[in-house]
Amino acid sequence: MTSASQLELPSELQQELQSVVLLRLGDRRFAIAANQISELVAPSRIFRFPHRSSNVEGVILRRGRIVPVCEVAERLLGKRILDRRFYLIALRRYASQSEWIALPVTGECELINAEITAPGEDDAPHVSGWISHDGNVIEVLNVAALTTPVSPVAEARS
Amino acid sequence: MRLAPRPKPAALKSEQIILFRVGGALFAISSASVQEVKSVDSLAGAAAEIKNSGIKKVRHALERDDQTLFVVNGTMHFSLPLTPGTLVFILYETRTALLIDRIEKMTSMTHLQALPSAFSGPERLWYRGLTALDQTVVPVVSPDGFLTADELFLLDAAVAEKSALQNAAANALTPQGEPAK
Repeated sequence: MTSASQLELPSELQQELQSVVLLRLGDRRFAIAANQISELVAPSRIFRFPHRSSNVEGVILRRGRIVPVCEVAERLLGKRILDRRFYLIALRRYASQSEWIALPVTGECELINAEITAPGEDDAPHVSGWISHDGNVIEVLNVAALTTPVSPVAEARS
Repeated sequence: MRLAPRPKPAALKSEQIILFRVGGALFAISSASVQEVKSVDSLAGAAAEIKNSGIKKVRHALERDDQTLFVVNGTMHFSLPLTPGTLVFILYETRTALLIDRIEKMTSMTHLQALPSAFSGPERLWYRGLTALDQTVVPVVSPDGFLTADELFLLDAAVAEKSALQNAAANALTPQGEPAK
């Protein structure tokens, strides 16, 4: 990853820019605020056990911690992705605490500075903003909203 | 930001656990929660069938120490492929007898991690947490998590209904006015 300090942007511009991590899921790119990201790790063994949380695939062991693997491709792309190259370890905020979760991604990630545009009223709850990068408009993801289970009723409506 | 190594607990307290399999999946339970392990064969005559309770995972009840225990089929509870259970855990301080495939081994755990909040379904009741053993993650079941209060209510009602029917049959008279056998 390229660190934010390596970008050497003018100070007046840096004030308006925020660090985001660009990730790839299939043929699409998304962004997450860099302060919510811990690290990018190679896929490791996933441990599965019975549960009923449809967006959780299982757990991985990382530095002695047990980290849940949350499937987000289905919500973002409408399909599951089997080709996984990395897990992006992200901080997921809950009502009273924050916990690490692993998001499967299909390509290397990149740290950039970008100006984040606020989301529109019609944007999905998991969109916390937009950035423009390399001629593309990219969704900035709200990790908490993205990994909140969708109720069957809401799913049917969408 | 980097995922910090898990801070070491001030004092690691070891807990004896039993690793067991249900429907091919591996689970752990505190050995302090298991009062007795019985073979299914040894319960053949003691278990009474329960019908029409609406709780599919419970088909039998056991009378034990003036208490009715309900035999929970572990594979059905966890929605796993059905396997013929061979052993039953009688659990302390619950009304659950858990039907399992087999015991894998007894061992000890030194750390129990709370179930991550990403798990938001009934598994939050099923498990006390997760533990890492030999580079494997094993869910540690909660003895109280197999039957909810509502399920116990329905099961008690089914047992009471069955008992009432049996009493009625025993008190019924034949057309000749003699007690029915």
